[in-house]
Amino acid sequence: MESLSNRKQVVSKKEMTFMEKIYLPAILGGMWITFKHLFRKNNTTKYPEEVREFAPVYRGQHVLKRDEQGRENCTACGLCAVACPAEAITMVAEERVKGEEHLYREEKYASTYEINMLRCIFCGLCEEACPKEAIFLTDRIVPSNFERGEFIYGKDQLVETMEERIDITKRQHTGKRGKK
Amino acid sequence: MATSEFIEKFVFIFILFAVTLGIAAYATYFERKVAAWFQDRIGPDRAGPFGILQPLADGAKLFVKEDFIPERAEKWLFILGPGIAMFTALMTGSVIPWGKDLDLFGQSIQLQVADVNIGILFIMGFLSIGVYGIMIGGWASNNKYSLYGAIRASSQMISYELAMGICVITIVMLSGSLSLRNIVEEQHGMNWNIFYQPLGFIIFFVCALAETNRAPFDLPECESELIGGYHTEYGSMKMGFYLFAEYVALFTSSAVISVLFFGGYNFPGMDYFSGNTLAILGVLAMFTKTFFFVFVFMWIRWTLPRFRFDQLMHLGWKSLIPISLFNLLITAIIIAIKEGWFH
Repeated sequence: MESLSNRKQVVSKKEMTFMEKIYLPAILGGMWITFKHLFRKNNTTKYPEEVREFAPVYRGQHVLKRDEQGRENCTACGLCAVACPAEAITMVAEERVKGEEHLYREEKYASTYEINMLRCIFCGLCEEACPKEAIFLTDRIVPSNFERGEFIYGKDQLVETMEERIDITKRQHTGKRGKK
Repeated sequence: MATSEFIEKFVFIFILFAVTLGIAAYATYFERKVAAWFQDRIGPDRAGPFGILQPLADGAKLFVKEDFIPERAEKWLFILGPGIAMFTALMTGSVIPWGKDLDLFGQSIQLQVADVNIGILFIMGFLSIGVYGIMIGGWASNNKYSLYGAIRASSQMISYELAMGICVITIVMLSGSLSLRNIVEEQHGMNWNIFYQPLGFIIFFVCALAETNRAPFDLPECESELIGGYHTEYGSMKMGFYLFAEYVALFTSSAVISVLFFGGYNFPGMDYFSGNTLAILGVLAMFTKTFFFVFVFMWIRWTLPRFRFDQLMHLGWKSLIPISLFNLLITAIIIAIKEGWFH
């Protein structure tokens, strides 16, 4: 019967011919191939001195963004926590009082916002779920630590400061959000 | 033996010992560099400029590691093994002529530790004893992997020594002497044995690969099957000795190949020079050839995969020995015709 994929091959155990049996032509051919590699450019990145650039879609440590006036974008809707498959995100919502308009953009904000970096699988679903463009995954690596407790990042580590804003433009132009 | 001669020999032996060990140490560095180049990598480059201090770092590491002897091992044989391997590897270098006589301080200095008149037999003998280091070490470890490695080493050694010996006989027939110095003197200028014995050279080279346990014949220590083979149980400088002995053997067997087939210290156009210039150029030619063969050994190691054991035995007994016997016969007939035996 004819095979559907046309990739079927009959396995055969052929006897080696004389030229194959003396090995030398094959050995010289192989040595010629390795010899050509002597003059190739090497592929090494000398890591501590040179760092390879991350792909634009790289998903590292999260950032909670502020808008241009320095107000936190997050409104503590909880969609990220719901979307999170690893249940790494927890938050407590609080109502904005008068005089805090320069701190929070919406009437509601997250008074605590914690991500457990040991639970997080860096899937980026929180970013997908966020309606306020508040949370983004960046190209920063979560550093290692000796204590488990240190991996629960609070707002002090997650929210960006106005002096050192975290660049997320690479994330904005990829995937679904780019097409919008 | 006069005192001056004694001092001369002592100094020369000391220099040769130091040079051999230095070259063996740097062969480990070059092995890694060559491997890296063949695989489009950089290789060791952290210790010193271009990583040239890597052998020292490796040596220091091996020295300060725990010197461990397994509880159920045969203690003295376990210690003896690496010693024998190192000793035999170093001894083969003693009969190799490194150059013509050098005139220094008003006397002629022979650049050879001992001009034994059966030099080539001496080398074959020490090569055979070399396997005892591996066998004793592997057996004394009391470990099945080590034992397998030792058994493989000895069977491989026996199989390939025969073909190697027959090739050596052909060379001896050509030059009419067992002394390595005479064999080299016969190949004056460009009159190298390789042009008379290309087949013999190939067989000798394959056997040399097998005798030094280099890839593709590194079955005694193959990591994938035997976890390191005969030196599985070894650590610290004892293991260092085994690894080092392999590189010393690599260097000396390259030297033997260049002596037997590539004219040793002879080089084309050597008649234009004389005296010390000729001697020094000869030493340079000898070392160039030797280093080239060290490189070829490494080149082959990083090109070819390991032979299967039955293929190894098949190649040794059913191919190399008949071919080398045939080669011996043809050479004998040609020599006989040239000598006029059939008139």
